[in-house]
Amino acid sequence: MSTAGINWFKYSSPQAFHPLAGRLIPWFAAAALGLSGVGLYLGFFVAPTDATQGDAYRIIFVHVPAAWMSMFLYVIMAVWAGIGLGLNARPSFMMAQAIAPTGALFTFLALLTGSMWGKPTWGAWWVWDARLTSELILLFQYIGIILLRSSIDDLRRADRASAVLALVGVVNVPIIYFSVRWWNTLHQGASVSITAAPSMAGSMVTAMLVMTLAFWMYSFAVTLARMRCVIVERERQPSWGKQATIPDVVEAR
Amino acid sequence: MQWGSVAEFVAMGGYGLYVWISFGATALCMGGEVLAVWRRSAAVVASRNEL
Amino acid sequence: MSQPSMSEALRGVVRRDLLLAMRRRSDVAMSVFFVVIVASLFPLGVGPEQAVLRMIASGVLWVTALLACLLSLGRLFTADYLDGVLEQTLLIPQPLAVLVVGKVFAHWVISGLPVVLLSPLLGLQFGLSGDSLVVLTLSLLLGTPTLSMIGAIGAALTLGLRGSGLLVALLVLPLFIPVLIFGAGAVTNSLAGIGSEANLSLLGACFMLSLAFAPWATAVALRIALE
Repeated sequence: MSTAGINWFKYSSPQAFHPLAGRLIPWFAAAALGLSGVGLYLGFFVAPTDATQGDAYRIIFVHVPAAWMSMFLYVIMAVWAGIGLGLNARPSFMMAQAIAPTGALFTFLALLTGSMWGKPTWGAWWVWDARLTSELILLFQYIGIILLRSSIDDLRRADRASAVLALVGVVNVPIIYFSVRWWNTLHQGASVSITAAPSMAGSMVTAMLVMTLAFWMYSFAVTLARMRCVIVERERQPSWGKQATIPDVVEAR
Repeated sequence: MQWGSVAEFVAMGGYGLYVWISFGATALCMGGEVLAVWRRSAAVVASRNEL
Repeated sequence: MSQPSMSEALRGVVRRDLLLAMRRRSDVAMSVFFVVIVASLFPLGVGPEQAVLRMIASGVLWVTALLACLLSLGRLFTADYLDGVLEQTLLIPQPLAVLVVGKVFAHWVISGLPVVLLSPLLGLQFGLSGDSLVVLTLSLLLGTPTLSMIGAIGAALTLGLRGSGLLVALLVLPLFIPVLIFGAGAVTNSLAGIGSEANLSLLGACFMLSLAFAPWATAVALRIALE
């Protein structure tokens, strides 16, 4: 019997992944809660009030993590989509499917909190600066991927079509960003950039990073939980053209 | 402590509305997502047991 | 009998699609009338003041062309899909991406080119003149085929789905946005007296990029839809 470490490929089968994910979720959830507690404490009770923006700047402790997560998750979803297409691997598609709603949620939160930050600092609920606009387009792309999947009944086609869309979309994100930035500078647009945040005191940066990590852990937990649902839901459907038989379904229990 | 009182903390230097809506919405959305996944998982288990 | 070359296959596809379209001239007319009507809605909604119209001209005309492209995407693959020709097309030995280029080109000649040719007139309606009209036409000349190529990806992904019209729009509009920004920006800049070369070259780059990748992505999407 080989003792050469864990055989990771074993977990690429949904049957093995399901219990593994089940064991991991509580740890990620606990990490998320713990880190949020620390992050919020640092953000509200250690980080000082900003000289120019007052206490409104504290919104960055949710805004920036949400924005970063929305982008990370999109890229990771696209990577899984690509792996799925390349290796014709069902679990990769399932992973992409599990990530999308969480990514969309963070994108929405980034926009909402960004708007909340923008009103007191720039005086407007919305400005068409490069980052906000790119984030808005990212939300549209997430929604498109989710809607495309739900519009296709055939599971295999749904997997592969939304994977193609995710990959095409990932190429679009930097293009959108640069095109809007160009458009902005030509139009002499918003002169305040969201990146010109308060010159960050160390405690501010720490709090932001801790919150980002907390959101990461949260994403792991929620995505793994959703993945488990997807796995079981798919077991019940005739997947990828195969007709489900009673033995299959019984075996799934 | 940098906050003189609870009232000061809530007021956030006059920006309380924006700050608390942001954090509140975040908490609400994330909690809502957790709830949704939990309910989905319960439904999956329930329909599995029907077999 | 020797196998037809890629260029022969390409020409064959283009000829066939154009022939079919010529038998139903209404398709050409539809795009044209759509653009004319929608472009006229804006002065009616916004008021006839020349200064205002000139300011919104680039955006309005570009969005109108964009919507016309979007609405015509349904006709790109659907007819062939419904009568089984598309499945046969997939079996042709020539690369599917090349055949896609042919179909998209024919589609553009029918729905996009008329809009390009009409644009100077529409520009005049909005108070554009001289240089701006040239830039408008040029930007649409570069932009509309790009939009058609990108749109083809969406059309292929949603082939045969219920409610695909709206879904295609949702999927494809985010991808259209850079082209819109550069295209409308070119006209706006020329109106403002700033050079529009930068925007036009970026449009050209978008065209090249989409020509290199979109037909391939469309081919992949078609195979996925038809397996």
